[in-house]
Amino acid sequence: MSQWERFSDTFFNRAVIIQYLPDIYHGIWITLELSILIVIFGILLGTCLAVLRVYKILPLSFCIIVFADVFRALPPLVLILIAFFGLPSAGIYLSSFFVLFIILTLVLAAFSEEIVWAGLTSVDTGQWKAARSTGLSLNQTLIWIILPQAFRLAIPPLTNRAIAITKMTALGTVIGVPDILNQATTAQSFSGNASPLMIAAIIYVIIFLPLVIASRWLEEKFSWRKA
Amino acid sequence: MAIAALEVRGLSKSFGANIVLDDISLEVAKSEMVFILGPSGSGKSTFLRCCNRLEEPDSGEILLNGESLTQKNVNLNKAREKIGMVFQAFNLYPHLSVEKNVSLALRKVRGFGTEKANEVARSALDKVGLADKYRSYPSELSGGQQQRVAIARAMALEPQVMLFDEPTSALDPELVGDVLEVMRDMKAAGMTMLVVSHEMNFAREAADRVIFIDNGSIIEEGPPEKIFTAPANPRTKSFLARVSGN
Repeated sequence: MSQWERFSDTFFNRAVIIQYLPDIYHGIWITLELSILIVIFGILLGTCLAVLRVYKILPLSFCIIVFADVFRALPPLVLILIAFFGLPSAGIYLSSFFVLFIILTLVLAAFSEEIVWAGLTSVDTGQWKAARSTGLSLNQTLIWIILPQAFRLAIPPLTNRAIAITKMTALGTVIGVPDILNQATTAQSFSGNASPLMIAAIIYVIIFLPLVIASRWLEEKFSWRKA
Repeated sequence: MAIAALEVRGLSKSFGANIVLDDISLEVAKSEMVFILGPSGSGKSTFLRCCNRLEEPDSGEILLNGESLTQKNVNLNKAREKIGMVFQAFNLYPHLSVEKNVSLALRKVRGFGTEKANEVARSALDKVGLADKYRSYPSELSGGQQQRVAIARAMALEPQVMLFDEPTSALDPELVGDVLEVMRDMKAAGMTMLVVSHEMNFAREAADRVIFIDNGSIIEEGPPEKIFTAPANPRTKSFLARVSGN
């Protein structure tokens, strides 16, 4: 067997690929489903938390800051393991899918909160004054004037963070979520061949490369000319 | 005696230990243009911002055509509709077209439909000479044009009083004239105006009355002719000498 044949047999074994592709295919949907749910709920929750800080209710703002700092500081894997293996001892049983969803959503929310808050505070205070001077209420000013501008500033870091978090769905493999990577590692251990992992890598690229390109496009679209 | 368009009684404001406004009282008659002069840091801008309560005064009363703005239960958003404000830095909304900058409050505060709001916004823009800029964005306009949009934005709500906070200070000299021209038109149309500005020539020509504020108090007031040619207070005198470069 030549060097090249050994290489292709290890990483691109046709028979192994054909056998396990349906399992990996099933994993794609789990990964996509999780990613979409996490991005939607994480950014939504993070934005809500950032907006709540605008009202300057001190105890509430303090809690939000503590939440954001802790969830940004801890490695998501630690949180996932604690939630999945720790909570049952306290009588709380959550499915592995749900644990992965809730933890990554909270982590993304923590990052989104900081990003959106940074956007909110970097909108010039003159915008608030001008809007309020025309009789717009605080909420109207927030919705129509401040948030649109804050989001323009937040979109590039937000998309980057969303991509980073959705890639972490692969962490689900340690608690048995049947995502792409989990299917691939299972297939790898049954077949003793690395081809399923290569397929998983290729699928990740296929899923995430367009997102990376889309984020670049969004970044350009939303960076509007300043006076 | 007619009720003043804007009346301020005993207005005081401190930031920490720093007293910015010390018991200021002022009446502005309907259609009167009052100019506020004073050294920087004298409290002029704070005074203006207190008039529509963008800045919360510590004490004192503000009345708009006899109606208090400082009572507890007053609907501030409703009241602010009636007091237009123009800022030094224009403060246009960069993400909205010129037309939408003007129509937003008409829709959200006045409750106009989009059609009607756009119509009113366009007529306000026509009046400040920007009929060809409806669809432009603020960043595409010169400073003078931006400030005229800001004036249109305030005027579209048909305020009873207009406050100007150094409207021309951020403009290149050759763009100042356009903005002053618009203010002249507004005065001719009978608008009540309270203006903080360093445009002495304009004050002399257009103001009905000039008040001079220093250290948070009105130390002199009178017709522009008198203030500019024969100021009574030595501080007014030295300020005028400094700004006119003599």
